[in-house]
Amino acid sequence: MPGPDKETDLTERIEAFLSDLKRGGSGTGPLRGSAETARETTALLRRITAQARWSSAGDLMEIIRKEGRRMTAAQPSETTVGNMIRRVLKIIREEYARSRGSSEETDQQESLHKLLTSGGLSEENFRQHFAALKANVIEAINELLTELEGTTDNIAMQALEHIHSNEVIMTIGRSRTVESFLKDAARKRKFHVIVAECAPFCQGHKMATSLSEAGIETTVIADAAIFAVMSRVNKVIIGTQTVLANGGLRAVNGTHTLALAAKHHSTPLIVCAPMFKLSPQVRRLTNEPDFYNFCEILSKVNVHCPVFDYVPPELITLFISNIGGHAPSYIYRLMSELYHPEDHEL
Amino acid sequence: MSAEPSVASSSTPATQHKKTTRGGTRHFTEGGPVKKDGIQQAKTEGKELTKEEKQRLRKEKKQQKKSKEKKDEKASQESEKEKKPVSSASPASQPPTQPITPKAPSAVPTLVPVPASETPAPADKPAKSKAEMKAERRARQEAERASKQGKKGEVGQQAAPGKPKAPPSELQPVVKRLPEHVQVDNPEVLKKLAKKLERQQIPLRSDYGYKVSLFSHLHQYSRKAPLTQQLSIPSTVIHPAIVRLGLQYSQGIVAGSNARSVALLHAFKQVIRDYTTPPNEELSRDLPNQFNFLNQCRPLSASMGNAIKYIKKEISNIPSQCKEEEAKSKLLNCIDRYIDEKINLAAKAIAKSSIEKISDGDVILVYGCSSLVNHILCEAFEKNRKFRVIVVDSRPRLEGREALRRLVQRGISCTYVLISAVSYILPEVSKVFLGAHALLANGYVMSRVGTSQIALVAKAFNVPVLVCCETYKFCERVQTDSFVSNELDDPDDLIVTRKGKTQLEHWQEVPSLGLLNLVYDVTPPDFVDLVITDLGMIPCTSVPVVLRVKNVDQ
Repeated sequence: MPGPDKETDLTERIEAFLSDLKRGGSGTGPLRGSAETARETTALLRRITAQARWSSAGDLMEIIRKEGRRMTAAQPSETTVGNMIRRVLKIIREEYARSRGSSEETDQQESLHKLLTSGGLSEENFRQHFAALKANVIEAINELLTELEGTTDNIAMQALEHIHSNEVIMTIGRSRTVESFLKDAARKRKFHVIVAECAPFCQGHKMATSLSEAGIETTVIADAAIFAVMSRVNKVIIGTQTVLANGGLRAVNGTHTLALAAKHHSTPLIVCAPMFKLSPQVRRLTNEPDFYNFCEILSKVNVHCPVFDYVPPELITLFISNIGGHAPSYIYRLMSELYHPEDHEL
Repeated sequence: MSAEPSVASSSTPATQHKKTTRGGTRHFTEGGPVKKDGIQQAKTEGKELTKEEKQRLRKEKKQQKKSKEKKDEKASQESEKEKKPVSSASPASQPPTQPITPKAPSAVPTLVPVPASETPAPADKPAKSKAEMKAERRARQEAERASKQGKKGEVGQQAAPGKPKAPPSELQPVVKRLPEHVQVDNPEVLKKLAKKLERQQIPLRSDYGYKVSLFSHLHQYSRKAPLTQQLSIPSTVIHPAIVRLGLQYSQGIVAGSNARSVALLHAFKQVIRDYTTPPNEELSRDLPNQFNFLNQCRPLSASMGNAIKYIKKEISNIPSQCKEEEAKSKLLNCIDRYIDEKINLAAKAIAKSSIEKISDGDVILVYGCSSLVNHILCEAFEKNRKFRVIVVDSRPRLEGREALRRLVQRGISCTYVLISAVSYILPEVSKVFLGAHALLANGYVMSRVGTSQIALVAKAFNVPVLVCCETYKFCERVQTDSFVSNELDDPDDLIVTRKGKTQLEHWQEVPSLGLLNLVYDVTPPDFVDLVITDLGMIPCTSVPVVLRVKNVDQ
């Protein structure tokens, strides 16, 4: 019988995804880029929409929220999972509202007048059943998937607007977005890239080899030399793990130092981040520690190895995303367009 | 003028020069033959040519050669400007004596095109000729002074009177001779160096690997090819203690400015003990060979430069009547005293002042392995201050592990992080203690690469930064960025294996890939709050004051 098979199949897939997430975080599984994770999450959510049993939008949202909580709990540092879930929830809300016939804008605007007169959106309980809702939602999720597939290319297309010839560009660690950004610019312009290796994992080495194979003049420096070399750098282009709601970043270790050095020399700091990295979270004060190989671990020594750094928005000059360039002060607005405020807490 | 023991014909001051010339006011066009006449005169008079005169003869011969080559040279101002940086012998920087004397002869020939280009300009002949004469005279004086100072050291020549001489001796000469190790992109300089080293039987170390274009003016050596492999056996020129020292430097076994200076001084004590003065020669003749060898192994640091200057001064101070044994024991005592005063006692004094700055409950951040900072922390711990230490380390040297070992052995509670985690850990820190390799005259602190980064982040978090430095590391150089004068370490050190993969293993085969392994960087004075020295606690900008005070004392 199709029903139970579908369901077991679905739960199997969800479990497989969860275990992948867990393994990816602990470093034992294959390391995935966040674009991949986003795509897989969205595909999984589409499958849930298609195969799970639900009768109204509210049910679907409940299911997705539940699965979403499990997924984010499996790997808290992988924020793209949570972001995709919130996007899909927003899609469901929009489709529901469209089916109901009310225009989207009036529902979403939280004007002071609305807040005072009505009781907010709590009346909306999404209980109405619409036959076409499933199809609409799946179609919208497909659109989201196409958007996701094109993000890196969209960002790379803007490269020539920001890089002129004979520039010295600095970057840190390894970001696939920045890699394709620089490679795209290198097709037409000649410039020099300095990569900070980003100890202890030294992802910068892989970035440097890949860039130099594309014919870009690359230099690898140790993290300690970032400030020493910064005076000759024209631009700093970095990727990030997450873009926070206030325009700040949660990026790889060492980025804060890089941002401070760039500020000191008044060098522009450009962040290439696709929209799916935008997260409604604000800065959390604890950093997840990671394992670290130390040749002689003396029992009296504490060793810290933070994985991420927080970079405040004052140090950032520009965000380049798949929908164009923005200032850090605009990020909150973009976020309100992507996610519904009630979904900020899953 | 009385200081010169030479014959009248080779004297430099203006008046006497005029007297010896024949042919009136336009003597300088026939400068070559006229001077020769003077010396011929001396010869015919049966006097033995002194060293100065021999040098002069050599100079004139070169002059004539070069005047033929350079007859079409352009502006007279150009040649005047050229001669200034070349001819001054600065006591401040660390050049060995030998290169000064070859430079002096080349100073004088550049003057010859001045009069040569003079002849076509008819109108202002008399006016220009005076200026040219003066310039020539000054240049000659400086050349002579340079050659003298090269032999005898600074002491004794400051008595040399004469108006044109007095002002320069009060203020240090403005432009110093550029050391060879920052002119690697100049092929002439390299050729000269190769010739010089060949004369002294010191092998020339060759550069390794692709150099990043920003640093093409610096050397980049590989640790796997030490200089000693190219030394011939037996090498009579370089003392074995120096060879060993050079090897220790180039392999990184002896590292850290204090350690290198002390090792250098001990090695020289050995050299002095074993030295037997050949007849009519001086110890200072052989010293440059040793220094050049060490320089090839690893560029000399500022502290080593100051130590070497001190040794040379002491050697030149020994009266010539002194017997060899006495002279040797005097020198050995001087060196011991230097080590005691400038390094050991200074460390004690600095520790004493620093302990006042450490309070109970402090969290102190240190970077890398500075012997002085470690000493201070251990002393403070002995005095029962309660604090904990965060040791920041960086690739590829990972010197922080050594510091960590030493501190943990004493029982101090420590935390260890890499430099990329500094902004994570800094909110907990109350003070930052940094060591220095040298303090520059414009207030910049030259130290291990990464120090400026730590100072920057500390400033951003409003944490006080204290630099500890002995006064013998103060240096009269000025520098504003980390590019013009630095050291490039072996680029292969950056290669590392993570998770079984070595990404950069074949970096040499990829033409557009370069690895940069800097050793030093400069920290601007606005990041540093206080410098603790053996003379007290001073702000960064007071370094030139201290230098001036030291020079007056000497």
